[in-house]
Amino acid sequence: MAQLGVNSIGIVLLISFFIGAVICIQIKLNIQSAWMPHWVSGYVTREIMLLEFSSSIMCLILSGKVGSNIASELGTMRTTQQIDALEIMGINSASFLILPKILGLMTMIPFLVIFSTASGIIGAYATAYIGHIITATDLTSGMLYEFNQWFFWMGVIKSIFFAFIIASVSSYYGYTVEGGSINVGKASTNAVVSSSMLILFSDLFLTQMLS
Amino acid sequence: MIEIKNLYKSFEDKTVLKDISSQFKDGITNLIIGQSGSGKTVLMKCIVGLLDPTEGDVLYDGRNFVKMSKKEKTMLRREMGMIFQSAALFDSMSVLENVMFPLDMFSDMNYKDRKRQAENCLDRVNLLEAANKYPGEISGGMQKRVAIARAIVLNPKYLFCDEPNSGLDPKTSLVIDELIHGITHEYGITTIINTHDMNSVMGIGEHILFIYDGRKEWEGSKDEVVSSDNARLSAFIFASDLFRKVREANR
Ligand SMILES: Nc1ncnc2c1ncn2[C@@H]1O[C@H](COP(=O)(O)OP(=O)(O)OP(=O)(O)O)[C@@H](O)[C@H]1O
Ligand SMILES: [Mg+2]
Repeated sequence: MAQLGVNSIGIVLLISFFIGAVICIQIKLNIQSAWMPHWVSGYVTREIMLLEFSSSIMCLILSGKVGSNIASELGTMRTTQQIDALEIMGINSASFLILPKILGLMTMIPFLVIFSTASGIIGAYATAYIGHIITATDLTSGMLYEFNQWFFWMGVIKSIFFAFIIASVSSYYGYTVEGGSINVGKASTNAVVSSSMLILFSDLFLTQMLS
Repeated sequence: MIEIKNLYKSFEDKTVLKDISSQFKDGITNLIIGQSGSGKTVLMKCIVGLLDPTEGDVLYDGRNFVKMSKKEKTMLRREMGMIFQSAALFDSMSVLENVMFPLDMFSDMNYKDRKRQAENCLDRVNLLEAANKYPGEISGGMQKRVAIARAIVLNPKYLFCDEPNSGLDPKTSLVIDELIHGITHEYGITTIINTHDMNSVMGIGEHILFIYDGRKEWEGSKDEVVSSDNARLSAFIFASDLFRKVREANR
């Protein structure tokens, strides 16, 4: 079940790397001007990655990947009677199938947040070392400027909530499928839409609560 | 022995099962036959508890399944094996793991004994050589045989098969029928089979319950089927040209 998270490491690293790089370029080329301190680009990149991207946006992306995966897996098990087979054996299929998914994703997601942040920062440094858009010293001074550890923990806490949302909502849609493969498709779409919505709304509240 | 008494099942808008009572004895193959949509699957699901009957009782050797607590039902389920229409193998597990799964969940045997027991069952259905394949890699008939092995691995007292032959050619169907029939007699299992395969009816129909439009229309053995003068039963059995010719030839 930890596979849910492990299989997502690649996409998380890839997207975070490019977003980190692009944020840095955008700020440096489009926003930074002579009267702004030299550390602005690094600082902004770090804060965006920590506060929003590595937790909320990444979880939105993961809800598409992991959510549809969970919903279609459970939905297929339902339509091919594998869930009935579990029930007949006297196994509580809901807790047997769903609980490990929820726990697995909630355990994996903090690591994905860390990977995402790290990859974003590496992306930003790539713009310095490869793209020569900004100097590495400026970037470093920005990265270290008034670093607030709590922001990191905030991302982690938020992501754990989001992981719960993704796994439970998608499991619900998958587990309750009736009929055939068309409904499995519908369930996986509904799972992604609903968990994205819930992530967006709860992000609003969580951010307010934790700030 | 499984006994059903005055079983009714309704969904929101319609009643699918109407006042069905019957007895299914152990050590023989009990068939439930009827047209598509007559309610065979719903009846079987009510018996095994995947659906709750609206009214009526289901007795497993005198124990009323309908009135049991959830925990008692779970215990009784360990005495049941079921073969689903779609085989319902767990596709993330190999054939051997599928057969071992009930043992992994419920037996206190060590790994070696569980593996040996699973292999014995696979051998019983002649599939030992496919032990390490995955369900997606074997044919439908083989999947059904794996499902049989999985259903009998815990030595069940009750075996349920929902259309074990659907989608299989006549020869493979015969193999499956004979497997189920053999296992039933060998271990004295109470076996209930849903089917609309006339070859099964004539081959292993030791007790036959004919459902028509949700009601019990006729009950008897395969020998009585041919001589029965029930119009609906005859219409159903002899809908096939071949069987009609066989009957006429016999007269
Ligand atoms: N969950 C359900 N909700 C509402 N109606 C249902 C449900 N399950 C089955 N039915 C209805 O009950 C009737 C009997 O269905 P059932 O699946 O038992 O037929 P069957 O005899 O097994 O047919 P087949 O040989 O095609 O498998 C059908 O008309 C079906 O529409
Ligand atoms: Mg059916």
